[in-house]
Order: sequence, then C-alpha cells, then structure tokens
Amino acid sequence: MNKVRKNAVDALAGVKDGDVLMLGGFGLCGIPENCISALVDMNIRNITCISNNAGVDDFGIGLLLKKKQVKKMIASYVGENAEFERQLLSGEMEVELIPQGTLATRCMASGYGLPAIYTPAGVGTEVAEGKEVRNFNGKDYLLEMAFNSDYAIVKAWKGDTMGNLIYKETARNFNAVMALAGKITIAEVEELVPAGQLDPNQIHTPGIYVHRIFQGTNYEKRIEQLTVRKRG
Amino acid sequence: MSMDKNQIAQRIAKELRDGFYVNLGIGIPTLVANYIPQGINVVLQSENGLLGMGPFPFEGEADADLINAGKQTVTTIPGSVFFDSAMSFGMIRAGKVDLTVLGAMEVAENGDIANWKIPGKMVKGMGGAMDLVASAKNIIVAMMHTNPKGESKLLSKCTLPITGKRCVKKIVTNLAVLEVTDKGFKLLERAPGVSVEEIKEKTEGKLIVDGDVPEVTFN
Repeated sequence: MNKVRKNAVDALAGVKDGDVLMLGGFGLCGIPENCISALVDMNIRNITCISNNAGVDDFGIGLLLKKKQVKKMIASYVGENAEFERQLLSGEMEVELIPQGTLATRCMASGYGLPAIYTPAGVGTEVAEGKEVRNFNGKDYLLEMAFNSDYAIVKAWKGDTMGNLIYKETARNFNAVMALAGKITIAEVEELVPAGQLDPNQIHTPGIYVHRIFQGTNYEKRIEQLTVRKRG
Repeated sequence: MSMDKNQIAQRIAKELRDGFYVNLGIGIPTLVANYIPQGINVVLQSENGLLGMGPFPFEGEADADLINAGKQTVTTIPGSVFFDSAMSFGMIRAGKVDLTVLGAMEVAENGDIANWKIPGKMVKGMGGAMDLVASAKNIIVAMMHTNPKGESKLLSKCTLPITGKRCVKKIVTNLAVLEVTDKGFKLLERAPGVSVEEIKEKTEGKLIVDGDVPEVTFN
C-alpha cells in the first residue's frame, strides 16, 4: 500500500475534463489550497464542482471560476463572489443550490453506504420540486440521494502514511464528510507523519476512506472576515 | 420610538433560558450574544461545526481555522467542541438546538418564512437556513417591520420563495413583539412609544390585538 504522493499535481494524476470533484472547506476555511492551484495550472475544464461555497474572486474556487473551468457548481451558499454572479447571470455556468445540511448529509450517506436519506429541509419550498415526500410520525421529509464524486479533495491538519486524518478546529467542516464520498479521495495535509505517529484515539477520518495523501506547502489560510476585539 | 437593532437583540435575549443551546443567524441575531442576561448560561452553536462559540479574538490572535458560520474569526470557551458539517446538521435536525434566531425578508401569518431568494436578483443560496427552519423547536425572527420601501414584511402570505413552512414561533421587529398563532400574528408587546395603530397600519397580515398591549421592557 502506498498512498503517499509527492505533491498536488502527483496526487491529482488521472483527473480529467468533465470530472465531478468535491472540494472541502467552509468559505475559505480549510480549503485544499494546493490542489486548487494545481487544478488551475493543469487547466482541468468542464468541472462539476461540489463544495459548500464558491470561494472569493481571487482565492479558493474563485481561481477556477476566473479561468472558466467550472461547468456546474453545486453549493449551499455562493454569496461572496462577483465573478460567480456574472457567470451565473450570463448562463455560462450551471448552478444547483441545496441546503447546507442536505449537502453534508448526502456526502455522509455515500460514505456510510446509504443510497439516500430523508430530511425535512426544503419541504414545501422550491427545493422539494420533483422529489419524493414521505410522512414519518406526522412530519414530511424529502428523499435526497447520496452524493458520489470522481474525486473528493480535502484538506486536513495532520495525516499519516496510512491516510488517517486529523483536522484542526472548524476546518473540519465539509472536509470530514467529503472525505467519505470520493471514488478516489485525495487529502492534502499540513503535516504528514509515518503511520503510528498519530494517536488512534484522536483520528477523525479513518484512512480506509483516503486513497492518496501528500504534505502541502505554502498555506496562505486567507481569512474572509477578520473580526477582532480590543484588549482591556 | 422604534427599537434599533441592538434593542431588538436585547429584547430577544430575554427569551434565553439557562442551559439553552442556541443558533444565532447572521445580522441582528448575532447581536443577541451581547445581551445574554446575568446568571443565564447558554451555549452558542455555529453550524460550520462549533459548539461553545466565544467572542471575537483579540487583535493579533485571529486564527484562520477558527471561524463562525458568518465566516468571522471567533474563539472557543471552556467546554467548546468541534465537529463536522454532517454532525452539525444532525444535531439541528434531531432537535437538540433549543432556540434558533434568524433574520427574514418576509414572515406569513401562518409562520412561513422567506429569507433566501429574490427572483430575478442575485441568488446567494440558502446556506443552512432551510435545515434550521425545518427542524428547530423554537424559531424567533429578528427583522425590521417594513422593507426599505416601507412595505410590511408581516404578510398574510409570503410573496417571495419560502425557506420553510409554518415554522416561525415569534417575531421581534423594531416596532413590536408578535407571536404566530393559529389565527394570525398576536401582538404581545409594542416598542416604547409606538402605538398599536402604527403597528396595525404596518402589518399586512392578520393582527390580533387582545386588550392592553404592554411596552417592551429590557433587562
């Protein structure tokens, strides 16, 4: 078993035009920066991108949008990106908006071997159009299908050569659920250690879900909304 | 005198009870955290994966890996815990969150809420709002009573695409505190100095006024 890759380009080998890619992160928090840059450099096109957000104009998924590499965006909230808005309104890009919990749980279901879930989110709204509604114990629920992707690309804090992952703080977000949902899951980590160096009690994503892993470099970790208070 | 955003938040804070797990939306709801009454301990849930959200960090101590659902840098408190997005919405759907406070563009007299989309304009997405309103045990809406054009946001029926059906329990606006009942909006309290007539005039949906309506008081 050798899951370790040299860098993002090496880890992304085989990704091709038209693939469905999941990208972890929430806003700019915990995004796989190295892989996004590599996807830009490799000029992979017609991507269907499943991610909670769409980055900002000049960072994160915004870099892929700028080069018009995304054919379809599946997300829950896309509010911070002017180029996204332009491509959406001009019809250059397809967009499917789905509730955040539905997005997360559809990924989770895939990794749990469940074909679909029932959720109350979106009952009676546009989101419910064309979907099966079933009543359990007096409450309506929508049938939502599990998500699958060609590649799930996630970012973790620490990982080992077996692919086990530990996330930091709120950067766990969608990374830990999308890691479950890739036909091939690629993890970039800030620190890659030999198997045995991570405490098995502390691991968030078991390595069985992770196919390729590499240690990333030059993390910018841009802050979207810097909010602070004064001392005293 | 109508209430300003901080006073709306301050009034909502009176609804907090000791031990509540609370999810605060973006905007006025976030301000509620500034008015938690003394002796009341609540745990703030942020749907990106944090229970026990603390205040903003001190200057120079912001951590890019530690944000809230509004993407603002925050801190932890003793007892905080992180989890992934699936578990976050799991606890929301399972009804573990006691109170959800969120903003709205429109609320209907049956408790429908619209707050995610204006057709023909830019659509930003619903984020976690549809999950929250579909599952929360108790939803309080914090909003202005009218939109910038002066039109009522408390309607007989929502005109915008809805976020959830029959889910809002209470509304606190700059003019009034109202409860959603089977028969319409029941006026519970009015902002200091605001008349029942003014509230009636600015409420398009059915308004129930039962006897004397007290003014809002703050803690």
